[in-house]
Amino acid sequence: MDLSFGAEYEAFRDEVKLFVSEAWPRGADAVCDRAVQLAFVVAAVERGYLYRSIPKKYGGSEQEFDSLRESIIVEEFDRAAVPWRLGNQGVGQLVPTLLEVGDEWQRERFIRPTLRGEYVWCQGYSEPGAGSDLAALRSSARLEGDEWVINGHKIWTSDAEDANFMFGMFRTEREASKHAGISYLLLEMDQPGVDVRPLRQINGATHFHEVFFDDARTPADWVVGGRGQGWRVARVNLKHERNLGSGQAMRRRFHQLLDLAQSARIDGRPASRDPVMRERLAELECLVRCVETTSLRQLSAVAHGEEADIGLPLLVAKLYGSEVMDRIAGLAYDLIGADGLLAPTDSGWADLQSGAGEIDWVDQYLFVLAMRIAGGSSNIQRNLIGERGLGLPRDLRATDVAR
Amino acid sequence: MHFGLNDDQQLLQATLREYAAKELLPARRREIFEAGRAFDPGLWQSAADVGVTGLVIPQRYGGAGLELLDLALAFEVLGEAAMPGPFLGHALAALALLCGGSAAQRERWLPRLASGDALGSVALCELEGGWGPETWGVREADGRLHGAKQHVEHAERADLLVVGVAGGGLVLVEGGAEGVSTASIDGIDRMRNLSRVEFVGTPAEPLPGGVEAARRVRDAGCVLLAADAFGAAWKLIRLTVEYSLTREQFGTPIAQFQSVKHQLANLAADTEPTRGLFWYAAHAFDHLPAEAEHAAAVAKAHVTDRAVQVGRGAVELHGGIGFTWECDVQFWVRRCMFDRAWLGLPREHLARVADLGGW
Ligand SMILES: Cc1cc2nc3c(=O)[nH]c(=O)nc-3n(C[C@H](O)[C@H](O)[C@H](O)COP(=O)(O)OP(=O)(O)OC[C@H]3O[C@@H](n4cnc5c(N)ncnc54)[C@H](O)[C@@H]3O)c2cc1C
Repeated sequence: MDLSFGAEYEAFRDEVKLFVSEAWPRGADAVCDRAVQLAFVVAAVERGYLYRSIPKKYGGSEQEFDSLRESIIVEEFDRAAVPWRLGNQGVGQLVPTLLEVGDEWQRERFIRPTLRGEYVWCQGYSEPGAGSDLAALRSSARLEGDEWVINGHKIWTSDAEDANFMFGMFRTEREASKHAGISYLLLEMDQPGVDVRPLRQINGATHFHEVFFDDARTPADWVVGGRGQGWRVARVNLKHERNLGSGQAMRRRFHQLLDLAQSARIDGRPASRDPVMRERLAELECLVRCVETTSLRQLSAVAHGEEADIGLPLLVAKLYGSEVMDRIAGLAYDLIGADGLLAPTDSGWADLQSGAGEIDWVDQYLFVLAMRIAGGSSNIQRNLIGERGLGLPRDLRATDVAR
Repeated sequence: MHFGLNDDQQLLQATLREYAAKELLPARRREIFEAGRAFDPGLWQSAADVGVTGLVIPQRYGGAGLELLDLALAFEVLGEAAMPGPFLGHALAALALLCGGSAAQRERWLPRLASGDALGSVALCELEGGWGPETWGVREADGRLHGAKQHVEHAERADLLVVGVAGGGLVLVEGGAEGVSTASIDGIDRMRNLSRVEFVGTPAEPLPGGVEAARRVRDAGCVLLAADAFGAAWKLIRLTVEYSLTREQFGTPIAQFQSVKHQLANLAADTEPTRGLFWYAAHAFDHLPAEAEHAAAVAKAHVTDRAVQVGRGAVELHGGIGFTWECDVQFWVRRCMFDRAWLGLPREHLARVADLGGW
């Protein structure tokens, strides 16, 4: 084992640090507007730091694959709490999907502005009757001339109000079986047939929405990967959801918890001096170390082509990560004492991801619940771990819904 | 940067698995368990032949000159096999000499420990239950030892005992020395025998390494116990997966029931991410001195605690059979309980994690 990245990579790290200090001098607590954010991202792409796997002709920086460099970049950007993740779902899910199965014109048209945060996307998968069992979805599209005509109802759609476009799954083949009848369509949100209604979340914020389609329209060629191929296309997303997080966000959140433990008081002394709290904090330190050392294993395995060794760690990462975040928030909620009776103020997704900014722990305590539900619920994760990880039999019906 | 096992390390584990499968047939394991006499000369000799006894001892003393990580990987396999015998105490005695022995002491003992001809053990736990150097009360004065220790592995048989003394240092006592008496304890893990040892004016020779060496021995012990427990925990998960696929109720293997599947998934999800803890701590022992103690405490506290919980789930999922003396699951359940309690409970190590974190 060798935990040093070596001289070449350390030099690279210094270079990235210097870049960050020049391109993002604001520090952790800066309020940023979109233009400032975009300027940073554009500069980072020019330096070859972002969108490394994306060809230059689509607005990427087209660098040779190097997972160590990538991890250094993410680590240093996150360490400085730079809000570099523009247009999350579009960049994280749609772009890789288009690169793999999209038409050339679709790539040329959509990727660059998506990377620059000019096109904001929302993900239209879930419906009232189709959550974990996604293939039960019923919203439909029928081809009329050179347009799809869309009807139906999506729900829990994050950021739908800000989004210019949606990528989503719609039933297009009436006769086909449950999975075969679905197509992956792109559509514009700003049109008469699309009605977005905000849904108020448990913490009072509104980041997700309902979307109603009443003869909404999208061009016939805005289908990705071909008619009836939607299920397969959506699974391409999955492949790109490789969890190569550095554990940095978790560590940062834990440090915020430690700060809180040092400022909160129990029996007139810092809570961090209270034996019970110390033990609970130390237990969490162990869990955070589990996440960090597992990320190191993943990083190492990818760098050395030993992916076969990390199948199970990848399968458990989401379930485990959401439980650790839940416990951090739970301990913090105990530490704030009577302030736990106050209403939450919205701190938002971006902060949850980067661990930036001041935290409202009441909000956090409610918000981490989303991690058990969104992107494949904890029970669905348990199914996947049991079936793919341990070789247990599939559920009688349900687990063709692997997402 | 590489945080994974190299070819030699994988080969080491494969070799040891082969050794365990060949030398420790299930019936033999059961026999040893029933008898409660864990030292089996044949098993010990063949372990010495594959090199387990000398893994971390330098080559000039006849060992393999490897690192604590390699030894930890061996302990993972020992845990997986529920291997009976005095491996833990023996390894820690050798590490004590390596970390704190004089040249003469090493010269004298390490070659025989490496070959397995001499058996080493460590006497750390006070009768009041303290494991750490700061709690030790056995007194050494003018080369003579007074006091008693408990939970000493295979003390009757040991040719060399490394004893923790008041002030936090370590001393050597030879097997059969004057004034040593031992009494065996009916211990939880019948694969690793424990004794109480009393010293009355026993000749003892201090290790020059003092408290620093004693702390290193504790770190190493924490890592090895974590590795052993990890191996045992995975074995329990595998046994339970197999059982759930064969045991039928309501006309179907119980693995088909989602609550069973999820229980197993939870055990796996809580255990898998702990592997890196003992890897990291073992690596830190040799390469990252500033982090070594913290990493060892984290690994010991968390991995052994998880492992015990896995054992409890495994018994539950085996149903009535799991609760019987005849069911082999208990070998690993008891092993995890030993690994968790020996060298101190999780809460003691968590307290050190907090102290070392400067909270
Ligand atoms: C904050 C947030 C943001 C979201 N953003 C989006 C978005 O942008 N786009 C989008 O399309 N969707 C989004 N979702 C929806 C999310 O993907 C779904 O909520 C999720 O897939 C679960 O579906 P459901 O809500 O219908 O719950 P259900 O599927 O009804 O599940 C209810 C409960 O039953 C359990 N359950 C269901 N099936 C099984 C099974 N087979 N075995 C065991 N237990 C089972 C689940 O674990 C859960 O606990 C978001 C959700 C949240 C909370």
